[in-house]
Amino acid sequence: MKNTWWKALSVVLLLYVAVAGLLMPVPRLAILNESIRNLYFHVPMWFGMTFILIASVYYSVRYLRNPAPELDIRAHESARIGILMGCVGLATGSIWAKYTWGAWWTNDPKLNGAAIAMLIYGAYLVLRSSFTDEQQRARISAIYNIFAFATAMPLFYILPRLTDSLHPGAGGNPAFARYDLDSDMRLVFYPAVIGWTLLAFWLAQLASRVSLLKLKVYEKQLA
Amino acid sequence: MQKDFRLEWRQRAALNGMLLYVGSTVFVCYLSFSLRGGQLPAPAWNALFWIVLLFSAVNAVAKGFLQESRGRMLYYYTVVRPQAVILAKIGYNALLLLGLALVAFGLYAVVLGNPVENTPLFMGNMLLGAVGFASTLTLVSGIAAKATNSSTLMAVLGFPLMVPMLLLLIKVSKNALDGLEFEASQSSLLTLVALNLIVGAVSYLLFPFLWRS
Repeated sequence: MKNTWWKALSVVLLLYVAVAGLLMPVPRLAILNESIRNLYFHVPMWFGMTFILIASVYYSVRYLRNPAPELDIRAHESARIGILMGCVGLATGSIWAKYTWGAWWTNDPKLNGAAIAMLIYGAYLVLRSSFTDEQQRARISAIYNIFAFATAMPLFYILPRLTDSLHPGAGGNPAFARYDLDSDMRLVFYPAVIGWTLLAFWLAQLASRVSLLKLKVYEKQLA
Repeated sequence: MQKDFRLEWRQRAALNGMLLYVGSTVFVCYLSFSLRGGQLPAPAWNALFWIVLLFSAVNAVAKGFLQESRGRMLYYYTVVRPQAVILAKIGYNALLLLGLALVAFGLYAVVLGNPVENTPLFMGNMLLGAVGFASTLTLVSGIAAKATNSSTLMAVLGFPLMVPMLLLLIKVSKNALDGLEFEASQSSLLTLVALNLIVGAVSYLLFPFLWRS
């Protein structure tokens, strides 16, 4: 039980975020008002998703260098958790948008970019399920995973910056960035990012353990 | 590599089919819009044009790997390096798509009118689009060819991957339609070039792994 400190840290940080995020004072900004508290839940999802997808790509690259089933399972489970975080991010953003903009979805480059990136990763899952041979599935989905990462990341971080957007942080809307994010909010925001990211890694680890165990049981049955 | 290119060129049976495909699609567009009578508004013209190109690109490139016989693949494998194969395929597909795009543009301009005001920008944009579509779709068709239900997979994998590129292309070509200065679309064009480079480089690096299996 030596390596459990970061799990405990994750739990502590997220408890702190849940309490402090809802109770601490927040700056009064036009349009945003109290809904700015969504910053502690919506934005860290995307951070967590990015980190877990980077981990997934890392495992995929390692798989291509050294084809071990364990690496494939880790890459797959990390990508799945990344997709989960992305979906939760879309959902929290959508609920927030309903109360702030008055619509569940708007035709905005940031929103559309995120949705398309989710489609790209959805295709990853479809691709995985259309192979019968395990080694081929592992190799080809690793290739696609790297390719998907290279095309999905511009959707999040480059393309939306080229156009004006309703989304906070762009086009003159009250932003969470720099001067708008006062020191009170930083006290909660940074722990939130770390906490949710750690939670994502924890989930991925648990999911890969389950898959590895299933693989072992399956191999035993064969033997 | 040049030899490989020629090999690709030799089996161009699909080319006439693709030309006909593009021609009939454009004609269907013309017929369905002529019912309403009058000129198409520029945004609709633009969107329709790129949708026609998108679908013909997916169809044209999908042929590249799906129709390849197993024996020929094995032969390539023994003769050339995988990098040469992917570069040749991308180059061939880019030329093919550019040709298709030019034909589509010509037909389109004839039947639906030509509202383009900044033609060099539009052409350059089409060139970048052809290269980008080719480099994305070549690897995707290579991936899809390995799977069981390849033609569905081709669409499922290809469309989302091409959307970032398509958005930029449509934006730039809208600028060209409106006759804006080159400066207005400079940053989008640069991003497009960067995107093409990323996709091309990733395809180049990943293809040897795909090839081996």
